[in-house]
Amino acid sequence: MENEVVLSVSGLSVSFRMYTKGLERRELKVISNLNINVRKGEILAVAGSSGSGKSLLAHAILGILPKNAVVEGDIRYLGEPLTKKRVAKLRGGEIALVPQSVEYLDPLMKVGRQVSPDESAVEKVFARYKLDKSVGKLFPFQLSGGMMRRVLCATAVISGAKLIIADEPTPGMSKELADRAMKHFRDLANEGAAVILITHDIDLALGYTDRIAVFYAGTTVETALASDFDSEDKLRHPYTKALWRAIPKNGFRPTEGTQPYAGSLPDGCLFAPRCELKGEKCACGAIEPRNIRGGEVCCHYAA
Amino acid sequence: MSRKIKSISIYLVRVVTLLIAVSVICFALVSLSPIDPMLAYIQANPGVSEENIARMEEFWGVNDPPAERYLKWGSALLHGDFGVSKIFRRPVIEIIGTRFAATLALMLAAWIFSGVFGFAIGCLMGMFNGRPLDSVVKRICLIMCSVPTFWIGLVFLIVFSVWLGWFPFGMSVPVGVAPENVTILQRLRHLILPALTLSFLSFANVALHTREKLVEVLHSDYVLFAKARGESNLSVLRRHGLRNILIPAVTMQFSSFSELFGGSVIAENIFSYPGLGAAASAAGLQSDIPLLLGITLFSVVFVFAGNAIANALYVLIDPRTTEGGK
Ligand code: SF4
Repeated sequence: MENEVVLSVSGLSVSFRMYTKGLERRELKVISNLNINVRKGEILAVAGSSGSGKSLLAHAILGILPKNAVVEGDIRYLGEPLTKKRVAKLRGGEIALVPQSVEYLDPLMKVGRQVSPDESAVEKVFARYKLDKSVGKLFPFQLSGGMMRRVLCATAVISGAKLIIADEPTPGMSKELADRAMKHFRDLANEGAAVILITHDIDLALGYTDRIAVFYAGTTVETALASDFDSEDKLRHPYTKALWRAIPKNGFRPTEGTQPYAGSLPDGCLFAPRCELKGEKCACGAIEPRNIRGGEVCCHYAA
Repeated sequence: MSRKIKSISIYLVRVVTLLIAVSVICFALVSLSPIDPMLAYIQANPGVSEENIARMEEFWGVNDPPAERYLKWGSALLHGDFGVSKIFRRPVIEIIGTRFAATLALMLAAWIFSGVFGFAIGCLMGMFNGRPLDSVVKRICLIMCSVPTFWIGLVFLIVFSVWLGWFPFGMSVPVGVAPENVTILQRLRHLILPALTLSFLSFANVALHTREKLVEVLHSDYVLFAKARGESNLSVLRRHGLRNILIPAVTMQFSSFSELFGGSVIAENIFSYPGLGAAASAAGLQSDIPLLLGITLFSVVFVFAGNAIANALYVLIDPRTTEGGK
């Protein structure tokens, strides 16, 4: 039997209200028609190239987007809609964010107090991550990269979170450190948390995650099982296949072209300008996700 | 420890070179100016004989080369002899001493007022960034910044002293009361308007600066993460906002001594407040060279001290400079 769905996001779109020169209001769409769900005890990777707005997904779920953001779509936590009010109560408790870097800690506050005001609780989580309790008395700038990583994980663990959203937790880390960080998340999932791992490093994510949602130009084009990445044939969407080919051990063949920018998104399939499979249906209209071989894909011609 | 001694000695060297430079420049400016101390002396004492004038000229070194005169003046300064003020007919050092006490009270009041209220208003604006409250207060502050001190001083005087009669017209003590009989309350009443005038400009500056810093902090990644950890807006301000804007605010307060000094000249003149600023402008207008030079050098030390304190505080408060990194 499958575990219960902790978080489901369907048809999510995020846009920013911008005022251009003539005080003309414009909406800049950065996320559109995005669908993901994550179950208890599993890690879902949201993978896509850097700078494609993946972090905004995390911020949208947590309800901490800037004021000029407009969010549409359905976000449910444990089956119930995750309203602004509800998420305000849950964040920092049942729903936790693990941020990317030291920049996310107050530079002038000792790290222990940022993890939690409760000193003995901090000591306990620190012990779990093999951090000496003296680390709590340090300022963020005094931590090494590895320590930093563990302190940031500790902020999620201490709250006993059921849903952990990790935003690019391994940038610029050595392979060894990154592997260790991923193991921490695997452990948290094995203990029953649902983990969403936002990353640009598919190769690294494959070894530790259960499913991978492929993020392209602000939408998810496919959600595949991690095992589907064993061979190109198991994958469904042309972009996922292209990503697969770009992984070093699969030949490192990048696809031509670039992702469209928010604000100049094509109508219809966002991948169409670069797609080899493109047919007449692709040019207009939203594409609803379809279930194929236990995964989900947004493509008219995927098989 | 040795690092501290080193930085202190660097400061001492700096202040000494600064004083030498300023004294040379001032001396040169005075020498080039049309002010003739000899002439002033003769005009003040019409009956002096030719013989006496020659003796005075000899005594004052009027015909010596400028460099020699400068050295003479400099060595007198080093011995604590700043000369005698022409207007007040008392030693310059004594005048600076008594006058500075009055000015210090004025500047301190203005300084605390603009620091505390400017900071509070700035925080308020930052919290309400972009909302009507913020834009209204911000506009008021911008207007305050561009209002000249002398003008606002006059307005205060007309409104609060003339029309409303809440405050005295000027001076630092009531007229016709012996100094020993003046109460603290009376002194405070005389202090309020000049202090408000003096703080008017820096108040708006502090508020705008604080607002800017707070907005920056509130948009930082660590505040975003604090919110993600469930902190409310108020808790974010208290735990992270204040902490991160206090250091720049405090250092800015200490480096504002020069504006404070400049403003005191104007505020004291408007309110006939007998402080150092009023003495400086009187000395300038009435060619009282010893007093003018003395006050100039004193103000250099004063402003330098403010900047030095600002730097030292920065080093002391900010953990990133005290505790070594990894
Ligand atoms: S919908 Fe069409 S254009 Fe888009 S990926 Fe599928 S085949 Fe390509």
